[in-house]
Amino acid sequence: MTGSGSRHLPPQDLCLHETGMSSGHQDSKMASVISVKDKKLLEVKLGELPSWILMQDFSPSGIFRAFQRGYYWYYKYIDVRKGSISGVTMVLACYVLFSYCLSYKHLKRERLRKYY
Amino acid sequence: MNENLFTPFSAPTILNQPATIPIILFPTLLILTPKHPINNRLATIQQNLTRFTLKQMMMTHNAKGQTWSLMLTSLITFTATTNLLGLMPYSFTPTTQLSMNLAMAIPLWAGTVMVGLRFKTKNSLAHLLPQGTPTPLIPMLVAIETISLLIQPVALAVRLTANITAGHLLMHLIGNTVLALSTTNLSMALLASTLLVLLTILEIAVALIQAYVFTLLISLYLRNNT
Repeated sequence: MTGSGSRHLPPQDLCLHETGMSSGHQDSKMASVISVKDKKLLEVKLGELPSWILMQDFSPSGIFRAFQRGYYWYYKYIDVRKGSISGVTMVLACYVLFSYCLSYKHLKRERLRKYY
Repeated sequence: MNENLFTPFSAPTILNQPATIPIILFPTLLILTPKHPINNRLATIQQNLTRFTLKQMMMTHNAKGQTWSLMLTSLITFTATTNLLGLMPYSFTPTTQLSMNLAMAIPLWAGTVMVGLRFKTKNSLAHLLPQGTPTPLIPMLVAIETISLLIQPVALAVRLTANITAGHLLMHLIGNTVLALSTTNLSMALLASTLLVLLTILEIAVALIQAYVFTLLISLYLRNNT
């Protein structure tokens, strides 16, 4: 699957997990550990969050793959038989938030009156 | 009050890095690329709109003029989506910058002039003199027509810039007025309705795109056919 290779478990981890369950107690505990880097965001524990963020792939190809993943995730809300405005509204809401963050530096000086 | 009324028009920065290129490229994410002959509802709507505008624009051209259809369709799509996205609350509209509009207008206009001069030299030069002018007026009229020709790209760019900028500025001003008056005076209701009407009329920014492409089109048409 394009763009989602780094998110799925590599196949050998699954096999190890199965053989671990069948062979012994200690083996199963060791075999079911997934490295922090490969976990999805919702499975990362709170204490591991900074290390998860720092271990992400920030190279240009990594960033491109992240955008590709996001695009395909978004596409499943658009590529339906009866699309509606809810799909586009999601993107526009994010765009408004993003623009707000960009212009925060000017906006924080706004006041309703000059002297209170 | 804003610290300066023109801060929404300044170039956006992310951590002091210029961020204009991602913002200019953002409308491409909103345009679908359907891959099937019969698509879902959204893609069909988009397809029908594109077909409608294409047909309207390219009907009046001959075969040589119709080679420009991709350029003109992408121009109108880009300008329309960019201007409409600029109506979102905190967004930045790249077409408010004169630099960008000049960059769009000058090459396209120059292209039309060059096509006319290369393939129909006599005809395009003959456009400098309208038909039926009295003989003593001819030198002056040629000068005037040349000036009007040379001013076309600047007029295209400045028209688009000024219209969009003025609309956004007016909306900011009226919004600030409504906010300031809401505590003291309830004639805010009247002004709020003015703001809403202005917003709706400003969605005739899309009509501005029509104007943009159409004027470009007219010059191309003249150069190619007559």
